[in-house]
Amino acid sequence: MTEIIVVTSGKGGVGKTTTSASLATGLAKRGHRVAVIDFDVGLRNLDLIMGCERRVVYDFVNVIHNEATLKQALIRDKRLDNLHVLAASQTRDKDALTQEGVGRVLDELAADGFDFVICDSPAGIEKGAHLAMYFADRAVVVVNPEVSSVRDSDRILGLLASKTRRAERGDGPMRQHLLLTRYNPVRVEAGEMMSVQDVEEILGIPVLGVIPESGQVLAASNSGVPVIHDAGSIAGQAYGDAVARLDGDEVELRFIDAPKKGFFKRMFGT
Amino acid sequence: MGILDFLRARPKHTASIARERLRIIVAQERAHRGAPDYLPLLRGELLGVIRKYVNVDPDAVQVNVERDGEHEVLELSVALPDGPIKAAGGA
Repeated sequence: MTEIIVVTSGKGGVGKTTTSASLATGLAKRGHRVAVIDFDVGLRNLDLIMGCERRVVYDFVNVIHNEATLKQALIRDKRLDNLHVLAASQTRDKDALTQEGVGRVLDELAADGFDFVICDSPAGIEKGAHLAMYFADRAVVVVNPEVSSVRDSDRILGLLASKTRRAERGDGPMRQHLLLTRYNPVRVEAGEMMSVQDVEEILGIPVLGVIPESGQVLAASNSGVPVIHDAGSIAGQAYGDAVARLDGDEVELRFIDAPKKGFFKRMFGT
Repeated sequence: MGILDFLRARPKHTASIARERLRIIVAQERAHRGAPDYLPLLRGELLGVIRKYVNVDPDAVQVNVERDGEHEVLELSVALPDGPIKAAGGA
C-alpha cells in the first residue's frame, strides 16, 4: 500500500521543503521506496534542497500534460537508489496542475510499488496547496512557535478536515502530525517563545517532532544535502527521530530543553 | 539570572501573551469553520430586505448553521429596535 503524506503549513518560510526533503530521505534510509513531489509550480525549490537541480529534464507538469512519462521525469537520488524526486515546473503557472492529472500520477506511483509519496505543498491555500493535500492519507503540519504560523496552521487543519478526498468520501479524519521547526529551548525557557506544549495544546494534534533552530539547516541547504544526512547535527538527529515516529516507532523527544548553564554563565549572564 | 542581566532591559515574558491571544482567535475561527461560504452574503441581503421595512442595526441580523445530529438547521435571528417600530423609507 502506498501512503501519501502531505507536508503543509499555510505560512511560507517555516521549513516545508526542508522537512519534505528530510522526511523523504529518512524514510528511504529506512529501506522504503519513496517519491517526493514538489507542488510549488513556478517557484520550485525542492530540487535545490535535494541537490538535484542540474538533473531536472522533465517535471511534474510535463507528466500531467503527457509531454513525458513518469519514468523520464523521476530523478533518482544520487545517494539512495530507492528515493526519487519529481520536480515542479519552473515556467508554467499554477493552473498547469489539474486534480485529474495529479490523481493519475499518484495512481501510477502506487502501481509502481512506492511505499511513500511525500507531497511538498506550496505556501498559501491556493490550487497548488489544495492539490498537494487533496489525495493525502496523512498530513505533517510544519509550524514555527510564532503567532502567525500557528494561526495559519489551524486554518490548514480546517481545510484538511473538509477539502480533501478523504473528507469528501467520508473516510474519517486524516492522521495529522505537528512538526515544530526553528525551536529555541533557551528562548522558551526565558518565556520569549511558545513551548511545544503550548502549540500542541492550541492546535490539538500530536507532535511528530521538534527541530531545534540550528545553523546546520542552512549549511545543509547551501550544499544541497538534506540535513538528515548530517548525523552529527542536532537538527539531523531530530529529523531522524521524527521519521522513526512517522514510521511507527516510539521515540522520546530530544533537544527540547535548554542546556544547563555553568557557574560563570549563572553569575554573569549570557 | 546573572548580575549583568540587571543592567540591560529584559524582554517581557511574551510567550504567554502569544498563547492567550492564539487560544482566543483559534477558538473563534474554529466556531465559524465548516459554515457555508454563502452565509455572509445571505446575511447582507437579508439585512437589506429587512431594512426596507424596519430600521435595524447592521448587526441585528444573525445567521447561523447549527448541526443537530444528521440535520442542519439554518437559524435566523433579527433583533428589532426598542420602542414602537417605525417603518423605514416612508413606506
